[in-house]
Amino acid sequence: MKRSINIWQGIDKISILLFLVLVIMGWFNIYAAVYNEDHKGIFDLSQRYGKQFIWILASLVLAVFIVIIDTRFYFFFAWLIYGGLIFLLMLVLILGKDINGARSWFEFGQVSFQPSEFAKFGTALVLADFLNKRRHELTKLKVIIPSAAIILLPAILTALQPDLGSTVVFFSFFVVLYREGMSPFIFVSGLLMLVLFFFTLLINDIYLEIGIIVIAFLLTWLVTRKWKVFVTGLGIFLFISGALYVLDHFVINSLGNKLVILLSLILSGIAFAYYIYQKKAISVLIIYLFLLGSIIYIDSVDYGYSHLLKPHQRERVEIMLGFKSDPHGTGYNVNQSMISIGSGGMTGKGYLQGTQTKFKFVPAQSTDFIFCTIGEEWGFLGSVTVVGLYLFLLLRLIMLAERQRSVFSRIYGYGVVSILFTHFFINIGMAIGLVPVIGIPLPFLSYGGSSLWGFTILLFIFLRLDASRTEYLV
Amino acid sequence: MKDIYVNRKYVIIGLIIVVSLILIIKMFVIQVVEDTYRMSADNNVLRYVTQYPARGLIYDRNGKLVVFNQAAYDLMVIPAQTGKMDTSLFCSDLGITKAILKEKMKSAVTYSRRAPSVFLKQISAETYAKFQEKMFMYPGFYVQPRTLRKYSRPVAAHLLGYVSEADESLIRQDPYYKPGDYIGKLGIEEAYEKELRGTRGVKIFMVDVYSRIKGSYAEGDMDTLAVQGRDIISAIDLDLQEYGERLMQNKTGSIVAIEPGTGEILALVSSPNYDPGLLVGRIRSENFTGLQADTLLPLFNRAFMASYPPGSTFKPINGLIALQEKVIYPSTRFGCDNGYLFVACHSHSSPLDLEGAIMNSCNSYFCQTYRRILENPRYASVSEAYGKWKSYLDEFGFGKKLGSEFVNELPGLIPPPSYFERFYGKNTWKALNVISLAIGQGEIGTTPMQMANMTAAIANRGYFYTPHIVKSIGSGGRIDSAFTTRHKISIDSVNFESVINGMEAAVNGGAGATARIAALQDIIVCGKTGTAENPHGEDHSVFIAFAPRDNPKIAIAVYVENAGFGATYAAPVASLIIEKYLKGEISEANKWQEQRILELNLINKLPAIETEH
Repeated sequence: MKRSINIWQGIDKISILLFLVLVIMGWFNIYAAVYNEDHKGIFDLSQRYGKQFIWILASLVLAVFIVIIDTRFYFFFAWLIYGGLIFLLMLVLILGKDINGARSWFEFGQVSFQPSEFAKFGTALVLADFLNKRRHELTKLKVIIPSAAIILLPAILTALQPDLGSTVVFFSFFVVLYREGMSPFIFVSGLLMLVLFFFTLLINDIYLEIGIIVIAFLLTWLVTRKWKVFVTGLGIFLFISGALYVLDHFVINSLGNKLVILLSLILSGIAFAYYIYQKKAISVLIIYLFLLGSIIYIDSVDYGYSHLLKPHQRERVEIMLGFKSDPHGTGYNVNQSMISIGSGGMTGKGYLQGTQTKFKFVPAQSTDFIFCTIGEEWGFLGSVTVVGLYLFLLLRLIMLAERQRSVFSRIYGYGVVSILFTHFFINIGMAIGLVPVIGIPLPFLSYGGSSLWGFTILLFIFLRLDASRTEYLV
Repeated sequence: MKDIYVNRKYVIIGLIIVVSLILIIKMFVIQVVEDTYRMSADNNVLRYVTQYPARGLIYDRNGKLVVFNQAAYDLMVIPAQTGKMDTSLFCSDLGITKAILKEKMKSAVTYSRRAPSVFLKQISAETYAKFQEKMFMYPGFYVQPRTLRKYSRPVAAHLLGYVSEADESLIRQDPYYKPGDYIGKLGIEEAYEKELRGTRGVKIFMVDVYSRIKGSYAEGDMDTLAVQGRDIISAIDLDLQEYGERLMQNKTGSIVAIEPGTGEILALVSSPNYDPGLLVGRIRSENFTGLQADTLLPLFNRAFMASYPPGSTFKPINGLIALQEKVIYPSTRFGCDNGYLFVACHSHSSPLDLEGAIMNSCNSYFCQTYRRILENPRYASVSEAYGKWKSYLDEFGFGKKLGSEFVNELPGLIPPPSYFERFYGKNTWKALNVISLAIGQGEIGTTPMQMANMTAAIANRGYFYTPHIVKSIGSGGRIDSAFTTRHKISIDSVNFESVINGMEAAVNGGAGATARIAALQDIIVCGKTGTAENPHGEDHSVFIAFAPRDNPKIAIAVYVENAGFGATYAAPVASLIIEKYLKGEISEANKWQEQRILELNLINKLPAIETEH
């Protein structure tokens, strides 16, 4: 069932306006960030602002094409696009140019191309297609696992480059799964993992584990309200762990305290299992599983942190968490970035007047740290305006997504929201020292053809779908 | 087809709003609440280059240039801004080793990573020229022009003082000084530091992340200009100073010449001395150590830091006090039988009046005079009479600092009555206990400058101006009013005439005159010899004099250590100085004297100085 519709009438002008404002804002701030006395023309093609102008023109052409193309193209070719982009992500690992130890870019002479920027919309399309056919089934593992696989495949490939930023961005698609019915438990677990991750690095693991065990037993008492069960359970655990501790201390000598805790938890689990089976105490089972999971998780984080992470990565995390301060070493970027933004004050230093910006104290000023220029030259008011524009755009896109009659369009819309939101939060967050330095661009503002085009395609496919929302009732 | 999860959109919307708010709050904190970031941004980009003013020049009383400046260049470094550079080229340009580079960098980092510190002091103009061209290759380094002192003649080191780097304790005391700053030490340089140093200026530049200068900040509106230090017109006569130093070469001792009418110090010689040029620039510390180790103590300024018993040069002042106290009259005669009690005297006609006693330097006469002073029936006790005597000495500036610009001048010693009461009993001590004070020996110490000041006071017939080394600051800048205040001594001028008669006779008199060697053809010199006994070796030869008798132009005290009688060496030196100053040259008749003094070498004798610490 198809209804003809005037696309120009149906397309959301507010979103297009926001898109244009952000893009032009980006262009002017790139001009300020790499301002060059000898090349004052903003159209000077030898400079980044001149190039960005070309990217902007090209992205507008691209946007027009996307809007002209029939929506069915995206349904039919979703998997092909995804497959092609996954292939490129694999290829870049082999043929990509090594920049700072990462293979993220193809280079053809003057032109570079970053496939991960495009993989985002491909993933969003496939996710929309896959879930469109299996909506209401996201509670089932047979749907959750393939969905997760669609997300994790590009995430893992970008992690191999390694491009931590893009990997993190792909994880944001789990927001879409949540919206479409995935259990919030998975979310809570994720959150718990995050909190435990920080605590593992922050405090002595033994105390952390003991603390969690105490909380678990208290929770058990809270749900069962039976003193006998509580005391017996605690007694069993304490007996086993005590015995194991003594055994390890005097005989084996090789387990270590953490392994003693894990083993006693597993051994006492046998006794707990009997009780759970007898009384059908599901809540106790959940608590036990969470407890066991947490302990195993803490041990693996600790192992991974001290054995798998490279020293400079550990250092970044430590600086981010505030364990360490080093304004001249790893923390230099963040420090200079915060100085730029902080020195902007309420109203900023004025366009092209930012000393930090003009004199190149912040690395990657036109790309990942473009927000410094805004913060320094436009001050708090300018920064809030940018945050406000994004907030407005994101809420507008959610509104658009929610008004879709097609599930495909809605899921895709949430994909766009998740991606843009993650970029927005991480990019600005790292510039003001809230988030570790993960190099990802600020959508529409940062310099770069790949990222601008990637985001343009991502956004305009959704605006195209939205424009013909009344066309299909699928 | 109901969407049962539609409410989850609120969770997502909520998440987005909360995150945006967190971002805004954090922005508010760093942009609006905290202002440290603005300061850091300024620190990043603003380079404050101190504009060092040229230090004021020093002229002599006749407008001859004594001290001026030469250009020097300090190589500065800001460790935080250094980057990759060719260290071997850098080292060869500067003529240093890599080890030195490493060591200097380390000490610079220890001081501060962000603030500039001196990397290499006072590089030569040639090195500077070579280096300047390649400056862009060495990020974090820049050259700071400075000035060094230069001396027109290698003289007057003691009274000029020197300029050295401000040390840490001083920097802590006076926030004006920063590490690497120069400050005057001793002499005029220290006394007039505030005038000489001028006012520092600062130029503010903006630099980029490679510390390349990108232009001046705020179009130079915030810059301040360095204001050159004020010039000092010194009271000294450079020619006279140089001549005095020549006369004193190969001798230890000092000369202080004062213009009685003003208290201006015409020459201030302390021997042995040193070339002030030795304490300038990079050679300074090495030479300073060498001078410090010298057993003849060339750094020690004898003119006002050595305290000697005044010897017979003290007789005129005792005569003056006795006259004023009316215990003797000019015509009072005392007999002398080659001594008085246990104080010996030489052979001369006897009895003598006051004039004759001064002329012949009769010990007996002054012992008896001094007894009369202390046993004066007007006072209840010897202590009280002694106190009165001391109060006259106070008026002359003895026993305390004169108050010249030289902060380290010694007060000398005139003990209070209690000192002797402690020794000899409160009411039982007698004039005879301290009778040696009559002839300037015993428990008293005076500096050459105090003696010259006393001579000036005698020349003025009863007043003096505090001796000072500076005539004016800049052109017409007035000096401290303490130096233009007349200090009146409560002794009648008529009494001075009697003593001056004796001093004139000592130089120009007939048989028995002790200082005839100091006589000049056309100038009436009034003087008094002295022989300061000292326990370390041969007596010090002392002579005080002023000339001409009427309307005196110069008052002088000369000390030649371990040289014997005052007449032997100190008197001819004083005579030569006086002639040089008043006539401009030495007369034929006195040439042999000049020759004799110039050739005299007493330096092999052990130095003997009594100093107070």
